[in-house]
Amino acid sequence: MASIVAVIASTHHPFYYRASTATGEDRPPFADEWTRKILAFRETLTRARPDVLVMVGSDHFHQLWLDNMPQFLVGKAPCYDANWYNEEREFGLPRMLLKGQEDLSGHILRAGLDAGFDLAFSNELRIDHSITCPIITLRPEADLPIVPIYTNIFAPPLPQPKRFVQLGQSIREIVESWPSHLRVAVIGTGHLSLELGGPRQFGPHGPDPEFDQRAVGWIANGDLDECLREVTLDSLHSPGNATHGFMDFMLMMGVAGAGVKADYVDTLDLFHTMEAYFTWYPNGAPTV
Amino acid sequence: MSKYLLNKFLFTVDRDPELVERYRSEPRELVAWWEAERANAVLNCHTGEASTWLRFDDVEREALATHDHVKLFELGAHPFLTLTLFIALFERDNTEPLEYQKSYGARLAHFSMPYPDIAT
Repeated sequence: MASIVAVIASTHHPFYYRASTATGEDRPPFADEWTRKILAFRETLTRARPDVLVMVGSDHFHQLWLDNMPQFLVGKAPCYDANWYNEEREFGLPRMLLKGQEDLSGHILRAGLDAGFDLAFSNELRIDHSITCPIITLRPEADLPIVPIYTNIFAPPLPQPKRFVQLGQSIREIVESWPSHLRVAVIGTGHLSLELGGPRQFGPHGPDPEFDQRAVGWIANGDLDECLREVTLDSLHSPGNATHGFMDFMLMMGVAGAGVKADYVDTLDLFHTMEAYFTWYPNGAPTV
Repeated sequence: MSKYLLNKFLFTVDRDPELVERYRSEPRELVAWWEAERANAVLNCHTGEASTWLRFDDVEREALATHDHVKLFELGAHPFLTLTLFIALFERDNTEPLEYQKSYGARLAHFSMPYPDIAT
């Protein structure tokens, strides 16, 4: 069976690409520290020597729209074009082309449906920065086949937080039951406290640093019990109006397992939002 | 009132570079054209199978025609859609980084929790 060699959870910050590649006067003062942290984070994936990446993210009203909105969707295609016109326009993100791992997509869909998740699917999916940001930070070669999984953290009504956790737990079991010798990394990105299009946006730090500190603690310690006690669909409005993206972190806590401490934890307090990076090694840390 | 239709306007204009420019330069004309020609289009379906019932009310139409992002927030338009399109419209006028984004937030400062409901 396949093995999960790394579980990685991260914020996805669309400004990283431009900040890290800027030079001279255009280079923001925080770029060097940010780049150092990303290179260290990248090494946690490289050391695990993955063959396949399962990528959990959320479409930002690019391909998925209110006339036909899935809650959880799995891509099943040989290739995925990536990044959209408005992401090039606003963030300077490059167009990308990623290979798909269709056999694992099919396995996740079949086993997920049989496990009680009525997963939607897409055979032609153009993915956005929720998945390309971690490709850029963690695997900029973009050379590994992926299985994209999209969650709805964006267009209410949303699934309950516990459903994200349950899906993560099932993804862990399903990938580990995939009849393959390949080494799989499961990577998911979300947000800590975040405000977009509201009065608290683009402040000197994230809109709710206290929430961020508690959230980092929940993730680092795998504290699903307290996290699920504290976090509801209603409560997530308070830290910032886009904080429902935290539920993708909760999904990744489900993949990593209740009570399992992260092997790698790092954060970076930026303007607008706090960055956070976590890696778990289910089979023990690589010795390379 | 149709939060859905407001969002549909923001969504379809934002992804079309030509419409972004028309909305910046002639917002009232663009909104009238869009409501007449695009509001009832079922996305991904040919024009013979358009919807028949979608229209703005006067407040919504005026908010869009005047680039009034504060009113759009109050009406429950999706804040991500509004922000993304308005950055495309006005960030180019910045004289320092994030100037427009910060002023956009400042103009919403009178809103407190809970914010207007964005569920559609």
